[in-house]
Amino acid sequence: MSAVYILWKRELIRYFRSRARLVGSLGQPLLFLVALGFGLGPIFQRAGQGNYFQFLGPGVVCMGILFTGVFAGIQVIWDRQFGFLKETLVAPISRFEIMLGKTLGGATVAFIQGFFVLLLTMIIGFRVQNIFLIPLALIAMFLIALFFTALGITIASILEDMQGFQLIMNFVVQPVFFLSGALFPLTGVISFLSIIAYFNPLAYGVDAVRGSLTGITHFGLAMDFTVLVIISSILLAIGSYLFSKVEG
Amino acid sequence: MDDIIQAINLTKTFGNFTAVNNVSFDVPKGEIFAFLGPNGAGKTTTIKMLTTLLRPTAGTIKLNGIDTITNPEKARKTFGIVFQDPSLDDELTAMENMEFHAVLYKVPHKELKERIEKFLSFVELWDRRNDLVKTFSGGMKRRLEIARGLLHKPEILFLDEPTQGLDPQTRNKIWEYLQNLNKETQITVFFTIHYMEEAQAVAQRIAIMDHGKIIETGTAVKLMEQTQTKSLEKAFLKLTGTAIRDEETSGVDKLRAHARRWRG
Repeated sequence: MSAVYILWKRELIRYFRSRARLVGSLGQPLLFLVALGFGLGPIFQRAGQGNYFQFLGPGVVCMGILFTGVFAGIQVIWDRQFGFLKETLVAPISRFEIMLGKTLGGATVAFIQGFFVLLLTMIIGFRVQNIFLIPLALIAMFLIALFFTALGITIASILEDMQGFQLIMNFVVQPVFFLSGALFPLTGVISFLSIIAYFNPLAYGVDAVRGSLTGITHFGLAMDFTVLVIISSILLAIGSYLFSKVEG
Repeated sequence: MDDIIQAINLTKTFGNFTAVNNVSFDVPKGEIFAFLGPNGAGKTTTIKMLTTLLRPTAGTIKLNGIDTITNPEKARKTFGIVFQDPSLDDELTAMENMEFHAVLYKVPHKELKERIEKFLSFVELWDRRNDLVKTFSGGMKRRLEIARGLLHKPEILFLDEPTQGLDPQTRNKIWEYLQNLNKETQITVFFTIHYMEEAQAVAQRIAIMDHGKIIETGTAVKLMEQTQTKSLEKAFLKLTGTAIRDEETSGVDKLRAHARRWRG
């Protein structure tokens, strides 16, 4: 298990060492909060849906986790191309340990990033409804981080190089975000959008975080957490299997 | 059991291309063994199979008697490797790269500090231990990789073109380290190289590979006698021909350009 720990530690060292990246990746969530939060807020209010900023905040937190997580996982491709992956692949440890260490490391990084975005939303004006449910929100955030980091590693195990990266961003990550209900309520949208949301892992993540922090949920918290735990476990298993087939 | 590396009927095919074709060889313990061949001859594929990074299509490999295919994790403990391309983490310090390796190879915690100091001093990098690897020159990186490859006290050290692209001073220094180490610890050294003078000066035995097959094995003197040439370089050209080989593009260069764009 010490191998898992050192792989985890490496991800954290790298994350905290590149302050520019850390601060830079807060830029996009900030833009969403300011432009959409304040821009669409009055319309949302007029439509009788209450405070849009309160609605949007958890969605943007999840966005931060989604992008950081997938990116952390997909960095395995860079590790491979820049040679470092070989160092871990020839080491006397199992592929499962490598996969686990990298996933936990990436997920921790994505979780911390999400936590920073949460602080940012709170500075700008987001208010938590029930302080006692914050731990629940944090658990949901970590599960989202775990799922999407594992997804990134799974993708990285299949892709040979970064050529397909743009494809993944545009046809997987962005749709997952925009169709998750992070930006708009799933209640009352045309049925095709709400059906898609049923198959979108992030929809349950966003709903769990939003439900814990503001009390508004679409699927219900029990459903959210059940789905998150199940799909994270399944993806970890798939990722481990595919990663075990990776050759140097 | 005197042969620490045993390769028996090794074959590796990629699609319908045969990179390594039914190759067998043995390297006795304590030997410095050079593996020569033109670009695309199958050297790197062979090293990757020996070091468990690629699974052979057919054949058996035993390192120190351990079958690398049925027991890869145990086999991996027996060797250290210095790859052709750097395999360090640039964003970490020299020390952190060493610690990472030590933990992966389960170097006992008590010995960890002492061993890292010993091997970093050995390659004259102890003073730079807390510097990020990305600030290192090519030669320093290669020396760090050698120190790292030795950290878990392997019985075999594989090196894929260890002196490629380095200045004569560094090349000289690297061979000095390796020869001293070989004398002191009887470590077996297996390396590939394009510089014939270095192979001739350092290796006790040489194998020449071409088109996926080993065409000759022996001492430099024997190879020169056999081909009636005066230098290993001439012997090599006589055995492998003078036509230029084109290595297949790996896509790595394309990717590096891509990654640079992403990193900003």
